[in-house]
Amino acid sequence: MTDTHDGSVARPSLIQPDTRTRRRNAAEARFRACGLAAVVIGLICLAGLLGAIVMNGAGAFQQTFIHLSVHLDPAKLDKKGNRDIEDIKKVSTFGYAPLVQAALLQAVQDHGIDTPLTRAKDVKHLISASAPAQVRDYVVANPDQIGTTVTFRVLASSRVDGYIKGRVTREDVARDKNISVEQLDLADALVDAGVIAKTFNTGFILGADASESRPEQAGIGVAMLGSFFMMLVVLGLSLPISVAASIYLEEFAPRNRLTDLIEVNISNLAAVPSIVYGILGLAVFIQFAHLPQSAPLVGGLVLTLMTLPTIIIATRASLKSVPPSIRDAALGVGASRMQSVLHHVLPLAMPGILTGTIIGLAQALGETAPLLLIGMMGYVATNYPGGLASGFFDPNSAMPAQIYEWAKRADPAYYERAWGGIIILMVFLLAMNIIAIILRRRFEQRW
Amino acid sequence: MSLLKLSASALAIAAVTAGAAEARDNIQVAGSSTVLPYASIVAEAFGENFDFPTPVIESGGSSAGLKRFCEGLGENTIDIANASRAIRERELKVCAENGVTDIIEVRFGYDGIVFASDINGNAFEFTPTHWYKAMSDKLVVDGATVDNPYTMWNEIDPALPAQEIQAYVPGTKHGTREVFEDKVILAGCKETGDFDTFKAALDGDKKAAKHACIALRTDGRAVDIDGDYTETLARVDANKAGIGVFGLAFYENNTDRLQVATMGGVAPTTETISTGDYPVSRPLYFYIKKAHLDVVPGLAEFAAFFVADEIAGPDGPLAQYGLVADPDLEATQAVVANQSTMNGM
Repeated sequence: MTDTHDGSVARPSLIQPDTRTRRRNAAEARFRACGLAAVVIGLICLAGLLGAIVMNGAGAFQQTFIHLSVHLDPAKLDKKGNRDIEDIKKVSTFGYAPLVQAALLQAVQDHGIDTPLTRAKDVKHLISASAPAQVRDYVVANPDQIGTTVTFRVLASSRVDGYIKGRVTREDVARDKNISVEQLDLADALVDAGVIAKTFNTGFILGADASESRPEQAGIGVAMLGSFFMMLVVLGLSLPISVAASIYLEEFAPRNRLTDLIEVNISNLAAVPSIVYGILGLAVFIQFAHLPQSAPLVGGLVLTLMTLPTIIIATRASLKSVPPSIRDAALGVGASRMQSVLHHVLPLAMPGILTGTIIGLAQALGETAPLLLIGMMGYVATNYPGGLASGFFDPNSAMPAQIYEWAKRADPAYYERAWGGIIILMVFLLAMNIIAIILRRRFEQRW
Repeated sequence: MSLLKLSASALAIAAVTAGAAEARDNIQVAGSSTVLPYASIVAEAFGENFDFPTPVIESGGSSAGLKRFCEGLGENTIDIANASRAIRERELKVCAENGVTDIIEVRFGYDGIVFASDINGNAFEFTPTHWYKAMSDKLVVDGATVDNPYTMWNEIDPALPAQEIQAYVPGTKHGTREVFEDKVILAGCKETGDFDTFKAALDGDKKAAKHACIALRTDGRAVDIDGDYTETLARVDANKAGIGVFGLAFYENNTDRLQVATMGGVAPTTETISTGDYPVSRPLYFYIKKAHLDVVPGLAEFAAFFVADEIAGPDGPLAQYGLVADPDLEATQAVVANQSTMNGM
């Protein structure tokens, strides 16, 4: 009534927004656009990252092999002719190299390939340095085969492998003393003849680390086992400790200054940089407790320290989310406090605890920094563990440490392996996160 | 209560298994990241040809390796330290204090240090003087000591390309840095006569004059790289005008991305380095604890295998990878065979 009385005040229309509303709407649109832009930028970065990883690392899952019929010459391998295994073992891999080179020359001749490379020295660079060791292992295991001709599938050298995969080009090798254009021509001819072929690379997934001179042989398998044993230690220690600590703090501990202090400290510990735990591990576990260096046990202990706060925080949060009415009901029908916790609260909180644990484990699996200090970096992951005890105590590396090590090496072929290792590590992390999500979806209760 | 019991027993198991850690049967090596590739090649061949497990080789730098080497004797310490420089008097003292007295020094070859730039950039022909003038913090110009005035390579020598001075040099924790300072910067300092000027200004103090020579400029044109050569390569990739300091073996594996500069008119190859024509090289060493030889299985065999002709000789896999074979390898083999320690015991 008042506005009709005073004609100078315009009646606000419900359909036509006034200036102030328009401004507010525009601000909201801008705000939403900003949010959307942030999401899009994030997605672009993620896509770029994943694209780079897959593009750089896919090559590691393929490997070039040479199929050779090697004549196991008794004159070279068993000079005394007595087939005594001790005498056969005395012939080192250097004694086997000429046999493998001769076999390749033979294959070149058999297929009638025309090449200027006719000496064993010329074709040496086509074959991986691992081939003589492969033949020697076979002969030591089957000494009765000496004198026969056996077919082997040996690795091609990293340069040839890179050329077949397109990583190494003809222009690149002009000043490379490890390969020549003639050798690449020969490799091309051998591919046409079916002697050289590219197949799926199981050696990369299951194999051990190799030295700088033969990246074609390197695999992440041993480091994977190292990671596995470390995760066993982390799971076995951090889950019981953090669940017990959380239950006590959440259900039994009195609220006072001391528990407040503990609470603040746990939150702080979760934010401590992981390298600090590495230094702690070096000082406490290796220098004081005299545990072996480079051992997955020590790595697991260090990562346990790092993971504990994360799991405790997740466990406490999920214990808190169980409504007090459950506890009251249990206590009301005469359960003791321990019974109310173990029979009712803990089962209801379990999905949250497991999710927190898995995410903590995934974090520990990808951690590199603390391992730097306890000797898990370097040329370490070379021997398969011989059993449970050996798995915990013998020197080993871990997947992220192995990736870092490969990225540092001089041969560009190792760079490809590093990216390939990242793909494998990501598959593990993804699997663990998916398990965590499934657990949460299936078992989580809402009130 | 069962959870408490469970965690208690888990802790107990951890403690017990820790106590039961058995005697170590693998060789532990740590030290220089320059030596690591060679040591890993030897270790791999050793594992293949002997019944001993493949030795464990860690990197981390010469100084870090020697520090761990000198921590004492016993299973919990390393058996061999790799170093891209000779052990220092100070380190020997620490060793002796911790009971590591009988040390066998093994020199197994030489490593060349090269100056390389992006493959598509300008080619360089350097002398130590060029590097001294480009890198030093203070220079003597017309008799007066001034801050380094050069910003372009052709200001130093018109024969050099007109390119911004930007170099990536190894950080101080690397053994390579010492060689770079001694054989390049200090040599240039002496060539130009600046060393004598500094010495005169410092009342004849040679040591202080040396420090004045090798102090690198801090205006961002000389960048210390504390990481590995891969990091240096990444920097050169990112800044095409940059010149990096690399090991010869690293360069030979990346000839598709790098071109190497000559030094004093000589291009670095294994031949020119072994004859001494190429000036910037250094010996590579490993150090063995004599007390461990009888305790750690395979250690003596590993040391002998490392310096054998078929491994460290001019046709062996180490030379193939980029090591300059020691012309005096026989003497080294004798040292290993006789287990001659540094103090002559």
